[in-house]
Amino acid sequence: MATLLKSEKLEVSEEQHIVTVRQAVRRMSVEIKLSLVDQTKIITAASELARNLLIYGGGGEVVLELLREGVRQGVRVHFADEGPGIENIELALRDGYTSGGGMGLGLGGAKRLVNEFDLVSAPGKGTHITITRWK
Amino acid sequence: MALSKINEVIRQRQSLLTEWVKGQLDSGVLRSDLISEVELRRESTAFLEVLSEALDKDPSLSFRQPAYRPVLNFLEELSRSRGKKGFSPSETAIFVFSLKQPLFTALKALHIKDAEGLANAVWEVTEFLDNLGLHTIDTYLVGREEVIRGQQADMLELSTPVVQLWEGIVALPLIGTLDSNRTSIVMETLLQVIVQTRSEIAIIDITGVPTVDTQVAQHLLKTVAAARLMGADCIISGIRPQIAQTMVHLQIDLGNVITKATMAEALKTAMNRSGLVVMRRAVPSSPTGLGTSALS
Amino acid sequence: MDRIPILTMGHFLLVTIQVDMHDQLALTLQDDLTNKITSTLAKGVLIDISSLEIVDSFIGRMLGNISSMARVLGAGSVVVGMQPAVAITLVELGLSLTGVYTALDVEKGMQLLRRQIDADFYHLTTDGNFVEI
Repeated sequence: MATLLKSEKLEVSEEQHIVTVRQAVRRMSVEIKLSLVDQTKIITAASELARNLLIYGGGGEVVLELLREGVRQGVRVHFADEGPGIENIELALRDGYTSGGGMGLGLGGAKRLVNEFDLVSAPGKGTHITITRWK
Repeated sequence: MALSKINEVIRQRQSLLTEWVKGQLDSGVLRSDLISEVELRRESTAFLEVLSEALDKDPSLSFRQPAYRPVLNFLEELSRSRGKKGFSPSETAIFVFSLKQPLFTALKALHIKDAEGLANAVWEVTEFLDNLGLHTIDTYLVGREEVIRGQQADMLELSTPVVQLWEGIVALPLIGTLDSNRTSIVMETLLQVIVQTRSEIAIIDITGVPTVDTQVAQHLLKTVAAARLMGADCIISGIRPQIAQTMVHLQIDLGNVITKATMAEALKTAMNRSGLVVMRRAVPSSPTGLGTSALS
Repeated sequence: MDRIPILTMGHFLLVTIQVDMHDQLALTLQDDLTNKITSTLAKGVLIDISSLEIVDSFIGRMLGNISSMARVLGAGSVVVGMQPAVAITLVELGLSLTGVYTALDVEKGMQLLRRQIDADFYHLTTDGNFVEI
């Protein structure tokens, strides 16, 4: 079982907050000494998901966690919104699929950048995404 | 009360320490080649000090309580250092378990004609020391795992040498299979060298890669794409005849990446692209010239 | 309002992105650059992203847009100095920035732009010398 060493909650309700999320994720990744490439990967994934949260979810909450599990440490980020939710998750994860005029790389791309990716969503129930990158 | 007596025993450190150190030396599993008696005595003294301090704060012997944190820290440090020195798990854990006997002896002396009290005290001490011992072994394993992970990373790095062939041209001779873990290290090393040497062309030589399947091709293409994003072009060389055949059978498409049969061919292409020309110098006919045969 | 400065260097425009760019700043830069290309009749745009620590799909799209817009306006463009970690992440993300020219640093980017412009303005004569048209 992973133990929680630290957590931080951020609100995402305007575009500036995407930058705040990126900076918070960077701080935590540096703290557990993730390699530069791994840092860049999770920050980029968080940036994509924070923007999704704002654009498709109408804003929401981001919770960052610093974890320890055995020898490894990791950064976990939860994204939660009360927006319209995702109808077809499989389709939403596919590259090139977009409902908002973007490039359609957000979800599938973010998934490839992290070690663990968990998505829970249903129409009208909002979307909850959790990503984790282990050292 | 059993607990207070245990605390009493541990506080009378001197006699306990002598017995304990003797027990450790006689245990038969102590590595006298790795640790001196002086050092062992120093470690044992320090441990009893930390332990009695913890008992002063919280005499419950519940090792999860915050007061016992320094005790656990001490053991963690000990097992890490012993692990590094080359102690085995049992050689490490004997440090804690060997404390049982001197403690029991001392408890026995305090509980003359009180069989129940002695049984309780022994049980308490056994449980406490067992937990500490297990914690020591756990930490020992964690330390070992860290060493293994470090070595794995070192090995991966060693297996990806990037060499500069010419000003602006670097080469990466790949040997062995290319999985996703290895690819990320290959990519990182290559891109860093590209930046350092300001090279616009990188030759990836796959002569030493046993098979090229869709997966490997995918990894190669990713590396090429990342280099291109930074402003460098890649040439893939060392494609052996049978690999060329499998690639065609598997319909592997390397897109618009330039491929060459040998590294020499790739170097020629790279030089040509960089505007460099290699010329054969006219062989001088004088007898001192290197080009003349010694037999003539 | 925040703005990323655009420097003029002869026929070229140089943009150095040094901040953690929020989306609006990226959009403003796109506007400013297209205006400046038109007003200065610049022949090429150099975008130095060597201090940029991440490029997500939004910034990636902006880089693609700038290069397409410059092309429409008759100017070349080069993105220079992308960090290795950023390049690896972009590839993993699935963004290959097709159609965007890249170079290792400003100097090499400048050479690339010059070659692009030379190809437009000069042609190779039969004896191999360049002559101006």
